[in-house]
Amino acid sequence: MSVSGVPRHWRSQRERYRLLGTYCENCGTSFFPPRKICPKCRRKGRTREVEFSGRGRVFSYTVIHVGSKTFDEYAPYVIGLIELQEGPRVLSQIVDCKPEDVHIGMEVEACFRKLFEQEDGGIISYGFKFRPVDDSWVEYYEKLLADKKARAAQT
Amino acid sequence: MRVGIVGYGAYVPRLRIRVEEIARVWGHDANSYREGLGIEEKSVPSLDEDTATIAVEAARNAMRRALEVKPSEVGALFVGSESHPYVVKPTAATVAEALGLTPSLTAADTEFACKAATTAIQACLGMVKAGYIRYGISIGADTAQGAPRDALEYTAAAGGAAYVIGAGEGVIAEVEATYSYTQDVPDFWRRDGASYPRHAGRFTGEPAYFEHVINCTRGLLEKTGTTPRDYDYVVFHQPNSKFPLKAARELGFEDKKLHPGLLVNRLGNTYSGSSLLGLAAVLDVASPGERILLTSYGSGAGSDSFSIRVTEAIDYKRKLAPPVIYYLDKREYIDYSTYARYRRLFKER
Repeated sequence: MSVSGVPRHWRSQRERYRLLGTYCENCGTSFFPPRKICPKCRRKGRTREVEFSGRGRVFSYTVIHVGSKTFDEYAPYVIGLIELQEGPRVLSQIVDCKPEDVHIGMEVEACFRKLFEQEDGGIISYGFKFRPVDDSWVEYYEKLLADKKARAAQT
Repeated sequence: MRVGIVGYGAYVPRLRIRVEEIARVWGHDANSYREGLGIEEKSVPSLDEDTATIAVEAARNAMRRALEVKPSEVGALFVGSESHPYVVKPTAATVAEALGLTPSLTAADTEFACKAATTAIQACLGMVKAGYIRYGISIGADTAQGAPRDALEYTAAAGGAAYVIGAGEGVIAEVEATYSYTQDVPDFWRRDGASYPRHAGRFTGEPAYFEHVINCTRGLLEKTGTTPRDYDYVVFHQPNSKFPLKAARELGFEDKKLHPGLLVNRLGNTYSGSSLLGLAAVLDVASPGERILLTSYGSGAGSDSFSIRVTEAIDYKRKLAPPVIYYLDKREYIDYSTYARYRRLFKER
């Protein structure tokens, strides 16, 4: 992408940063990428912007061993079709796990990463990728506070 | 009215490299680094992580805890770092956009070696107290640079912490007072265009770290009429395990008050994130009424000290986002060649 690609990159920046899509209040369907009109309801549609929860499941995926020039340094990497809780399917890299750990149906959540960097000092493109859901942190607080009590009892 | 922290959040990338692995490559004695620096391993960013992505993750965690804060109510956002992805183009604008805070706010990147974000917390406190803004966010994040084979390579790590500053019932930790101490000291620097910082070796100790951390802390104690006995926890900037321990002992803080916020042995030195991740780890366990003394240190050189009192709101807010220890435990070890690849140390063609 040359410097001339900057406006194109910038136009889709908000939806990539925040996982923004479109919700149609007439038919209750969500879309990503955002739509100007509801493809189902057409003129009857009542669309508004929606920020998706970022939670979803792997609908399908593939492992890229030889990437295009822009992404080759990440190889091997996983590209997944993620089905969001709200319905739309989103194409994204799946990170923070090994390719062999990814499976169809795996729960994933959005995170914020670098997507690519233009060559020769061009811009850095940021946006969402997905990583495996790990809610194990919820259990930590009980243990942390129990440990603290135990230490206080010792002294 | 209470002014202070209404939300805090941490983030640490999951890759780690052990001291032994770095020492193996350079033919160093691993034990002398492990014991000399008091460090076991350090965090390493993935290829697709930088200061902006770390800042966004930490700030999103902070906003989960600051549940009463609407994005439109955040009037300022600062990112303190010495590894901003661009030399010209603010990280703060990217972070504000990713959090949905734009366009009605002020934003800037701050730079003062490892204390850039504690200074930005002071700026937020001032603006909140003056009534210019309702809430402000300060984030300390770095993908710290250390030249290969330099002693810094053993500690230069990646991570960050974010603080939402505001007033009212939602304050989980009231900032009772703050005091700063600044002088021109050439202990550590990076010139424009240089890839890695340089440092003056042992000179970074007495006239730099200790002079500022100790005098700044004493200045705060004097200003508030408190003594080390009045605090339940103390957190210092932690470039290694030894410096903060020595400073705490010299000031008269018991070791046990330092340990809950001393993360450097498992994390490394996250530069602008260092003392603020330590504070986050303390907030993960602190009880209402407990008091925390925080002193940052930035080379060049200066310190900011804070007297912080934890409130009842901590009990329901802290459980809304992951604790620091979760990020320390969630890790995958890499060898030096993978580290070199991820840190882009190889020249291609």
